[in-house]
Amino acid sequence: MSENTTSPSPQSAGAAATPQEDRAREASQQPRMGGKPKFAMYWAASCGGCEIAVLNIHEKILDVDANFDVVFWPVAMDAKYKDVEAMADGEITLCLFNGGIRNDENEHMAHLLRQKSKILVAFGSCANEGCVPALANLSSIKDVLAAAYQSPSTENPQNIIPQPSWKAPEGEIHIPTLKPWLKTLDQVVDVDYYMPGCPPESSQIAAVVDLVIQALKGQAQLPLPKSVIGAGGSTVCDECPRQRNIKKIKKFVRIQDIRPDPDLCLLEQGILCSGLATRSGCGALCPKAGAPCVGCYGPAAGTLDYGARLMSAVASVIDSNDPQEIERILDGIPDPVGSFYRFNLAGSLLHGSKAAWT
Amino acid sequence: MAETFEPVIIGFTCNWCSYRAADLAGTARIKYPPNIRLIRLMCSGRMDLTFVLKALAGGADGVLISGCHPGECHYIEQNYKAMRRFQMLQRALPQLGIEPQRVKLVWASAAEGQRLANEITKMVEEVRALGPLQWPDGLHPESVEQAAAQEVTA
Repeated sequence: MSENTTSPSPQSAGAAATPQEDRAREASQQPRMGGKPKFAMYWAASCGGCEIAVLNIHEKILDVDANFDVVFWPVAMDAKYKDVEAMADGEITLCLFNGGIRNDENEHMAHLLRQKSKILVAFGSCANEGCVPALANLSSIKDVLAAAYQSPSTENPQNIIPQPSWKAPEGEIHIPTLKPWLKTLDQVVDVDYYMPGCPPESSQIAAVVDLVIQALKGQAQLPLPKSVIGAGGSTVCDECPRQRNIKKIKKFVRIQDIRPDPDLCLLEQGILCSGLATRSGCGALCPKAGAPCVGCYGPAAGTLDYGARLMSAVASVIDSNDPQEIERILDGIPDPVGSFYRFNLAGSLLHGSKAAWT
Repeated sequence: MAETFEPVIIGFTCNWCSYRAADLAGTARIKYPPNIRLIRLMCSGRMDLTFVLKALAGGADGVLISGCHPGECHYIEQNYKAMRRFQMLQRALPQLGIEPQRVKLVWASAAEGQRLANEITKMVEEVRALGPLQWPDGLHPESVEQAAAQEVTA
């Protein structure tokens, strides 16, 4: 992920013009011929929460409609892939792409929308860093399918597992083929902006939409290409109102095991909180509500590997110098990779487990 | 292949003890295998787990972390931090499909050139026995698919 950080405030463009800059400038200077600029939103391997978050900008969605021609948005309107294929290159001004790249259909759409879009935004945690779907990168495709179709909680008496192709009496039919592991959008195509969050906060989406609309009218500059938009440059701890002291952890507890002090840092109380490695921008919503940060806004600026940074930080504040006691304290984190890489596995240095391809 | 495999090991050493132990091993003509590439840190407490994962993702077959003996840290107790991080990582590595023996923590004072050389020799043999890690580069996704295809045909 880029280390440039920009809040959705106007920014001057850099001196060296990159293809992304050219695209962005072209987009902001686009003459208003032939109707409004075109907007698209697509979901790849995702849950649909990002789409809800966009609709959750309330009356601002009318601004989107007033300023954009929504040409492709499978969750909200009927449009076919062939409609997109028929468009000219760069015809879509703004494309919000959410979801990771898990199968060949996702990959095809990523390439197609990159070709057809002037500004391609990796929208939401899945497209940025893999999010929860990327936790399947810890297992082989076979195990992933078994978990979905053969687990004790699944009723599947005929033991049916989806096959990539099937000869029906009417002809052969296909479904998309799974890739060995889930990739982030920028591991597949060039991305112009990164907008983190699971999902991105609606207030941040509204601010970004406003900025793009102003930029299209020539009243504002788009942020530097490759920057993170709709988020802060600091950490969740910075936005968290809880009182912080020197951290010394003797025991990790689950939130349901204690009655947390409402004013004290959750990590100091032994609850694993990811705020210290997570990018700001959400307004510390979870810690404010008494729940630990789970890290959905992704790595803070300058963080190469989110989980490694978080593990390093949390290990540092364990209050023991005795190896046996440290082991006992670490027993309080039963699933380290699931806890520290909950949102970032595909975007991490290792991208997953060796089990995914062996 | 197994006979010619020379593991690449990255060693993070502390300026005040283990790096000097390696120096001592050199001046004392103590032999150890050339498979280790030493990187000097000011303290083992500087060792962010990112360094370890970047080494493994970038082609290393193993990582050696080395610092002052407990209680002897130049910066009072930062080596304990390295120990806690190491213990944390040891729990995460199996989940990522990496044998925990590929990452090792060794205490070595500036006087223990022989001990460090012995530990390096031992680790090189252990990693050699484990075989290459060859982590595919996820930034070039085709390498993952190639790795997967090789597994199928193998």
